[in-house]
Formats: sequence, structure tokens, C-alpha cells
Amino acid sequence: MTKPKVAFYWCASCGGCEEAVVDLNEVVLDVVEAVDIVFWPVALDFKVSDVEALADGELAAAFINGAIRTSEQREVVELLRRKAGAVVAFGACAWLGGIPGLANLSSRESILEFVYQGSPSTQGGDGVRPQEETEVPEGRLRLPHFDETVRTLDQVIEVDYYLPGCPPPSNLIAQAVMALVEGRLPEKGSVLAPDVALCAECPRAETKPQDLTVERFHRPYEIVADPDTCLLAQGLVCLGPATRSGCGAVCIAANMPCTGCMGPTSRVIDHGAKALSAIASLMQAREQDEIAAIAGQIVDPVGTFYRYSLPASLLHRRVAANGARSAAGEPVGAASSGGDRS
Amino acid sequence: MSSEILIDPITRLEGHGRIHIFMNDEGSVDHAYLQIPELRGFEKFAQGRRAEDMPQITSRICGVCPMAHHMAGTKALDDLYHVDPPPAAKKVREIVYDTFMVEDHALHFFFLGGPDFVVGPTAPKAERNILGVIGKVGLEIGKEVIGVRKELRDLMTEAAGKAIHPVFGLPGGISKPISPELRDRFVAGAAHAVEFGKFSLQVFRDVVLSNAEYVDLVTSEAYTHRTYYMGLMDERNRPNFYDGRLRVVDPQGQEFLSFDPKEYLDHVAEHVEPWSYIKFAYLKDVGWNGFTDGPDSGVFAVAPLARLNAADAMSTPIAQEAYEELFSTLGGRPVHYTLATHWARLVELVNAAERMGELAADPEIVSPEVRTIPTETPTEGIGVVEAPRGTLIHHYETDERGLITRANLIVATQNNAARIALSVDKAAKALVHGPDVDEGLLNEVEMAFRAYDPCFGCATHSLPGEMPLIVEIRDLRGELVREIRRD
Repeated sequence: MTKPKVAFYWCASCGGCEEAVVDLNEVVLDVVEAVDIVFWPVALDFKVSDVEALADGELAAAFINGAIRTSEQREVVELLRRKAGAVVAFGACAWLGGIPGLANLSSRESILEFVYQGSPSTQGGDGVRPQEETEVPEGRLRLPHFDETVRTLDQVIEVDYYLPGCPPPSNLIAQAVMALVEGRLPEKGSVLAPDVALCAECPRAETKPQDLTVERFHRPYEIVADPDTCLLAQGLVCLGPATRSGCGAVCIAANMPCTGCMGPTSRVIDHGAKALSAIASLMQAREQDEIAAIAGQIVDPVGTFYRYSLPASLLHRRVAANGARSAAGEPVGAASSGGDRS
Repeated sequence: MSSEILIDPITRLEGHGRIHIFMNDEGSVDHAYLQIPELRGFEKFAQGRRAEDMPQITSRICGVCPMAHHMAGTKALDDLYHVDPPPAAKKVREIVYDTFMVEDHALHFFFLGGPDFVVGPTAPKAERNILGVIGKVGLEIGKEVIGVRKELRDLMTEAAGKAIHPVFGLPGGISKPISPELRDRFVAGAAHAVEFGKFSLQVFRDVVLSNAEYVDLVTSEAYTHRTYYMGLMDERNRPNFYDGRLRVVDPQGQEFLSFDPKEYLDHVAEHVEPWSYIKFAYLKDVGWNGFTDGPDSGVFAVAPLARLNAADAMSTPIAQEAYEELFSTLGGRPVHYTLATHWARLVELVNAAERMGELAADPEIVSPEVRTIPTETPTEGIGVVEAPRGTLIHHYETDERGLITRANLIVATQNNAARIALSVDKAAKALVHGPDVDEGLLNEVEMAFRAYDPCFGCATHSLPGEMPLIVEIRDLRGELVREIRRD
């Protein structure tokens, strides 16, 4: 009997999802027993041409991590979609956009400007920037096109399943791979993780007051947090109430608050909005100025609540700089019309 | 007839890249370009974020070396908030960092770079990987490699929250002290790591040094460049991965610079080319004189061989022996053979393992005093560490609320980028002839970059990033004759 074939691929990502697969440790050997990995650039020397040579649908599954930002990434994931029976959006970036998705707060032009001219160590006085085509003495060199925004995988191709986390926890990866191999397919569109909030599995759950309210939010470096008490009850912004469990509460075990990498539960459309409302509802204030004072303690709401999910959110991106941020020089709205391709 | 070869993507590295080789009428290589086709924009979207979130945000530049970014970021926060962490906090950070260094170097040797030697540079591509290595060394040893790596990853998880994307770094310290029980596990882990390091060095001797063909390959002119070398050194000019002064030696091995990392802008600058998204760092003191080596070129190297070249000695006994063996075997310091980086990496693996043991034996490491609460207004902070693949610089400026107004990051692979470009070009010129180029030969071109353990994900943090590899062969009219891609 031939083993089912699977592929792993990365897009706009960091390689942490690949490391998470390596972190299956000896279970990797079981996986290799059960499946043929026919494409995995971080570890194996197979090429895109090897994938092109497969019949359509020949891959049992393609595990794709990373968000989508370039023409090249689009082409490869479209190819993998054709070849794969099931596509799994692997990790927070593929599912929700992830931390690289915060780039949707900046225009493409402002990124290029900073990197190749503005940064203090760059000698960019002559205005040289990378080009999609460059004539060199020996011929012509090409680079892929960068899209205007970061997109999630299911904004580009059809996705069958989602594995949450930054990176996905090893036990969830192992369960997902084996379920697919053994044909125990869950309902299409499923997120392959427990569907309850982190607070439900938090070892500090018992110390979370029923009627929790917060009068002052602290930043993590401002206090020494008690290692056994609910972090929200200590005034730290912990996204446990709004975030899916399944991670083993490892950040809490390190005495640091949840930042939301596991994304929302199935009942939530917009993770950032849910997190924002979960925290806002705790604010112990009645008057407008009291509310403003407490809310003002959360100095970076987008980076706090939408840290992993901006491209998937109802906001998707920032389209115009507001007054408070215009000092950072972000002509985002102008750039969205295109024409900034240098 | 002239032509082009495209290797796309290059493999067994972190990130995406391609190699574009131009051939001339005589069938030899005119020029080989290593291109990085991606970028992500971290420095830009860092603006407006809370400074204390930077160690967690920037770790997403690279999931292979998240601990390096987390640690450089955390040290930058100490500087930003003008706060000195308690001794125990610094020691815990360093032991966790050394644990990471052992694990990451092992990953490269057994999973990424090592298969070229253990399985063979021109072995079938389906076997040139960790599974091929296990096939060669046996399942029992394979399981041992996996087992040691797991033990080290578990220690990192316990102390830092997560091995991939740690959370424990705060300005002025760490979020949690280590318990005596965890310390005992570090003691045991360090002992296993030292044994593992000695075993790995023996594998290198048995597989590479005892094979004349491999020794010829390592010492061949095709993989040699005479450049400057940089590394972070302790007060006795021995490599320290967590802290110290940056030392640069010239191509003769003489000290050229020794400076406080906070002065990096005086000595390191970045050059831009239109054909790649990566920026090429060079020594400002020498200047950018194009893609060339020698004392008049500001091109320099970082990573294991560069650190050893820049060092007067190693800080621990077994590593010191291994350091001496390396230089006496290869003709004295500095060694310019890029492929010797694989050997230097294992010398460092042992060094980090021994340093883990020293720190675990220090009674102060279990002190509960691991936080100094910042009281001063944040302004500007710089943090530098040695990532496994070389010097890593984080530089933040904030407003009075500690929100980032400007971030500048220079990562290891950018420091190496110009030398990597030289290496790929030189190897291609030496190895590739005629239009009928087989896949094994192209893998030998890839070995020229793989030795650096490059992280093109890191290097393209500035835009949305990844790295496939392409080799194109074109004729004089620019017609594509052959394209070899790994995406």
C-alpha cells in the first residue's frame, strides 16, 4: 500500500511552524512512517517542479504556514491547492495573518522608504531600491511582486482546516496529521483545537473573581506579578477570556499574560473586537472621563488586541493615518491606490 | 552559447532565496547572483507598538532563532529604560541562551548543513536530509540526537515560557526565577549537551576530516574568501554569545576594531542593490568597495568561524582544545575556508554546553531576585547578542510613554550577506561548466551559502519575507535555456 503524500510549505512566516514540526521529536519518525513528505523546503531538497509533476489531488494534504504577501507565494499556494485533497492553514499567520499581518498598519511605500532610505544604518542617499527587474551586465534579474497588503491563506485559496497557534502546539499538530492520515476528517472549516476559552484551562482559573473589575491596567514591566493569581485580577491585560485554549497556558506558566496567538473560538468573527470588549467590560468606571482614563492605560490597542489577527479582522488594514500617528509619516491612504511601484 | 541557470528555491536553510547563474559562450560562469525575493516590514510596523512587546514581536522575525531576537530585544529594553537587571536574571538569561545555542547548532549540523557531508554532497536529493543522516548513522543514534534536542527544548520552554517565541524577557529582568528543581535539570542537560558536543565533533572527524575528498573540498579555493571577521567577546577576547564588546579582526587576523555595541552605527552600514531585497552590511571604517574580498573591502563575516577567527581563545576547556585542533589542522588563525564554519559551529556547541554547566553550578542562579522595576523615562536602547548565525543588533527609540518611534534591526545574515553573495558566485565559477549541469553540482553551489546557516527570513524582516532559490541558465539573447527551481 502506498503511503499518503503530504507537503509542507511556508509563505510570509518565520520558520517557527517548521520548528514546531521538528519539535514533534520522536513522533516525527512515526509521521514519516505513516506518510511520504514530498515537499518541505526547510528540510528536504525537493523543488516546485517536483510538485508540478504530481497529479491533481495526489497529495493527501498540504500544510501551509505563513500569510500571503507576494506573487510567488500566491503561485505556489494555488499550485498546492490543485495538488492537494485537503489544505490546512497551519498556524496563526496562515489562519489570521499573524504578527507579519501588522504590516497592514503601514503602506508598502512607507516600508520600502524606511528600509532602503530612512533606516539610520542604510546608506541610501542615491535612492537605490530593489526592483522587480534589474539589468545587470550579464543579463536581467527579477524579483517577485509585493502585494499592497498581507492576506490570510483563505483570502487567496480555499482552505479545509485550520491549526491555530504561534506556533501550533506539538500535540495538536500530531493529532491533526494522524487524523488526516487515518481519514478521520472533521467537518470542513474546522479549527483543529479545543473550542473553549483559555480561562477554562488556566491553572489560575480559581483565583479569577466571579465579578472581576479592573481600576488600573499595568504594563508587564511595572509590577512583579504574583505567580499563582489570575493575571487579569492583577491588572495585566491577559487575553485568556477571548482566546481559544489548547496551548497548555504556557505563557501564563511563565508568569506572562496571554497575547492571543491561538485566535478566537468558533463563536467569534473578529478576535480583536472580542478581546477588546472582554477587557473593556472589566473596567471599573461609570463616568466618561473615568472610562477614558482607564482605557488610556492601554496605550496600543491595535497591537494589543489585533496582534495576530489584523488581516482576518473586519478592519483588515489601516487606510488613513489619524492625527496622532501622522508624525510617523504614514501616507497609507494615498499608497493604497497603487502607482507607488518604484 | 551563453545561457542561464536558475536554482529556485534553495533549500535546507531558513527562509527563501534563489540563485541566478549567467553562463558565457565558452560555457563557464560569468556571474552567479544569490537573490532574496522577500521582505516583511517589521521595523515599520514596530512603530507605535509598546517597547516591552518588542522581544515577543521581533521573535516572529525568525522562528528558528526566536531566542536570539527575544534576547537582543530584551537587552535593548534594559538600555532603553536605563535599568540593570539583578545578577540572577542575567545568569538565567545567559543559561537559557546557551541552551538555545547548543540546540540550534545541533539542528544545523544534523538537519540542514550536515547532510551534505554525512550523506554526501552529490547523493540523491531524496536522501540528502535528516532522514538520510539517520539512515547513515543508525536509528539509535538518530533517536539520541532527537532526545538531546528535546531535553534542551523542554528546558527552554520551562524557563522562557515557549521555546518557539519565548515570553520571559522584561526590561530589568525576567518574568520568573528558576526553581532548584529546574536548576538540577539544567545541570543534567548541560552534562548531556557536553557529551553530545563531543560526539558531534567526533562525527565531524570521522566523516569529514578522515575523508581526503571532503578535506580537499573544504580547503579548496572555490570556498575561500579573505575578509574581515566580527564577533562579541568577553573581557579576555573569548566569544560570549550573550554579552561583551564587538571585536573585528582583519584578513591577517590582527585586531582591527574593538567597540561597545552601542557604537554600532559608527562602524556598520548597509548597502542597497536593486536586484535583491536583502541589504548588505559592511564595515564603515573600510567602506563599500563592491563584492570583493581582501583588506580594502569592507565585506566582513559573522557566525561561528568568524567568531573563532576574531577570538584569542575559548572560555571553556573542551572547546579550547577543539579550537586549537581546528586552527592547527587548517593552518592557523584566521581560517578563510567557508566550509570550515561547520566545524567551528561544533566547537561553539561544546563551548555553549560547557558554559551551561558553569552557570547551572552557580548558586546565585536560583535567586528569586530577578526583577528591577524601571523608574526612568525611556528614550533610546541598543541590544546586541550573537545569534547562532552571527551578530544581531536591535536598536529602539521611543516616546516618553515607551511607544516605539523608530526601530532599526541589523541581523546576522545581513552582516554575512555580501560574503555569502561572493561565496555563491565563486563556487559557481569554480564548479559549473557547460550547459549540462547536474543537480549534485548545483547542490555544491548551494553548500557555499549553507555553511553560513543563513536565515533569509531574518534578513528580510524589513519586508514580507521568505527565501526560495532559483538557478536560471540563459543564452546570449537572454533566452531561458534551463531553470532549476526550489520554491
